[in-house]
Amino acid sequence: MFGDYSIGDLGAIFAMQGFAGLILFSVFVLMALGLAIIFGQMGVINMAHGEFMILGAYVTWATSGFFQQNLPALFPGYFFVAMILAFIAAGALGMLVEWALIRHLYRRPLDTLLATWGLSLILQQAYRSAFGAREVGVELPDWMMGSKHLTDTIEVPINGIFVMCLTALITCAVAYVLFWSRWGRQVRAVVQNRVMAGAVGINTEKVDRYTFGLGCGIAGIAGSAFTMIGSTGPTSGQLYIVDTFMVVVFGGAASLVGTIASAFTISQARSTLEFFLSGSMAQVLTLLAIVGILMLRPQGLFALKVRK
Amino acid sequence: MNENARLFDRSELMALAALALLLLVILPLGLDVFRLNLVAKYLTYAFVAIGLVLCWGCGGILSLGQGVFFGLGGYCMAMFLKLEASSVANTKIQSTPGIPDFMDWNQLTQLPFFWQPFHSLTFTIVAIFAVPAIFAFIVGAALFKRQVGGVYFAIITQAIAAILTILIVGQQGYTGGINGITDLRTLKGWDIRTDQAKFILYFVEVAFLFATVVAAQFVRRSKLGRILVAMREKEDRVRFSGYSVANFKIFAFCIAAVFAAVGGALFTLEVGFMSPSFVGIVPSIEMVIYTAVGGRLSIFGAIYGTLIVNFAKTSFSESFPQLWLFGLGALFIAVVLAFPNGLAGLWRDYVQPRLDPLLLGRSAAAAKWAGRSVADGAAAE
Repeated sequence: MFGDYSIGDLGAIFAMQGFAGLILFSVFVLMALGLAIIFGQMGVINMAHGEFMILGAYVTWATSGFFQQNLPALFPGYFFVAMILAFIAAGALGMLVEWALIRHLYRRPLDTLLATWGLSLILQQAYRSAFGAREVGVELPDWMMGSKHLTDTIEVPINGIFVMCLTALITCAVAYVLFWSRWGRQVRAVVQNRVMAGAVGINTEKVDRYTFGLGCGIAGIAGSAFTMIGSTGPTSGQLYIVDTFMVVVFGGAASLVGTIASAFTISQARSTLEFFLSGSMAQVLTLLAIVGILMLRPQGLFALKVRK
Repeated sequence: MNENARLFDRSELMALAALALLLLVILPLGLDVFRLNLVAKYLTYAFVAIGLVLCWGCGGILSLGQGVFFGLGGYCMAMFLKLEASSVANTKIQSTPGIPDFMDWNQLTQLPFFWQPFHSLTFTIVAIFAVPAIFAFIVGAALFKRQVGGVYFAIITQAIAAILTILIVGQQGYTGGINGITDLRTLKGWDIRTDQAKFILYFVEVAFLFATVVAAQFVRRSKLGRILVAMREKEDRVRFSGYSVANFKIFAFCIAAVFAAVGGALFTLEVGFMSPSFVGIVPSIEMVIYTAVGGRLSIFGAIYGTLIVNFAKTSFSESFPQLWLFGLGALFIAVVLAFPNGLAGLWRDYVQPRLDPLLLGRSAAAAKWAGRSVADGAAAE
């Protein structure tokens, strides 16, 4: 399979596919971060995670339309506004869902799975009714278009670089919030021992609600970033939910580092394979490999040692 | 032991009789062949639902990949029927006569090796049982032996459903791709597309369904069934009592897989095609909801749940396509939040107590309610 390419070509192919893999990696990390918080920290399986992401994508789409119509002068910067709005919208919806649905089901994780699947169906149909069944695409401002030539044969798209920077920024922010802020300490305390956390005066219900909201909000930002590399339809979220869960499970549910490492492995494997095989076979092989590895090492790549 | 010595207790026998009356007399007399064929299609899902009662309701193992086994059974059957339909005489206009049409379209010139044995009906029937059982055994053994359970098991089975769908869709030349295997005509020379054939197949299917009900009830009533329930409630205690928890889970998962595959094979016969849209994540989760609506602890509940959800789906999506997904989503949430035991739970709590005094006599009913066993009663909290 390498026969027809020269060494230089192969180098360029691997570099470009590697970069394509990095963009996929960024999107995976953004999507998986929210899930890692919700699933890893709270133990809730949120099958509607993809739909929260799509909410962010639709918010971005609506914002870009609004800026184009009313504030064309500010259009180049609309994306930052859209991201904040996407975070707020998805986070608020997440907190509402936590209050109405999830908090009744903390003791029954398999049932949260079914209930949030129901929620995802409702949201999909709501998007279809509100925005139509057709996929929508966002118009990017000029400065995000085009690509940068690193060498003669290697070029990288600018929006990809932007998504990567965004991912790095958000990952750092999440790590800071969870591991260094007072609120993050409260979240981890509740995760480790709910009763004791309550006994020392942490409002566990409030912590749950905000944690869930934060996870959904990050999904919203992921959706916002997603609009830059693909179009959005009512059922787009469902396409990614399995991948996202695999990323989180493969990385070891409670570990942020594991999530990032597994997102990196999976996205690189897939985009490199995609060049040589068809897209579907690349996906099949990657997923099969993950399932195989999980059978050998069910706790995932990075497991925290906890006493149950 | 007194109550559990018999396979069916008195009220279950009545439920069985009522179901037989409905499926064998009322529906065939009351519906035209088209509607009856729809019922037959729904009932194939009931096989999956019964499997889930054992695996999920009793054993506490939620599999989100039952569509995989439904599909494996269905595809085995479809491969046999397709080979029969693409005899050399039927396909002489193709560039390679004698192979299925979709292979010809995809420039295959030879039947792939794994299609070869499906020329034989005996092999096909064995495969319908063996392929899903072996597959479930491998998956179950790999996961349960390492004590992967609950949520992780659900996610991994879901990934397997995704993998199989992508594989079937991607390998168009070998599997028929997204269209599936279509244009199935005869079973050993007997045309399965006529109204009369559909009528007969319906009764064959109901016979299989009752066999499945009896088999499932046998498992539940046996000591094995009690261990499954014990495992669901306190897995560690069962393990420390010296039982191999993994083996029991593997068994429950395999038997659910075989039930699903039988349903899938009958589906292919009844509906006349098989496609990846019955394999993936969405159908697999829908099959779980049939069980949840009917009652995850009740075999009969699962059958009624399947029928009711599917009837609702057909009539709603015919008249209000917009509302159907809202309705289905709300159903999921309502069942989980408000009625964890589904219709069977409602029946047991509200209808049965009023029915029993009429049917059994007052004193017998009181005795029965006093001695209600934990296995059938307590909610799956």
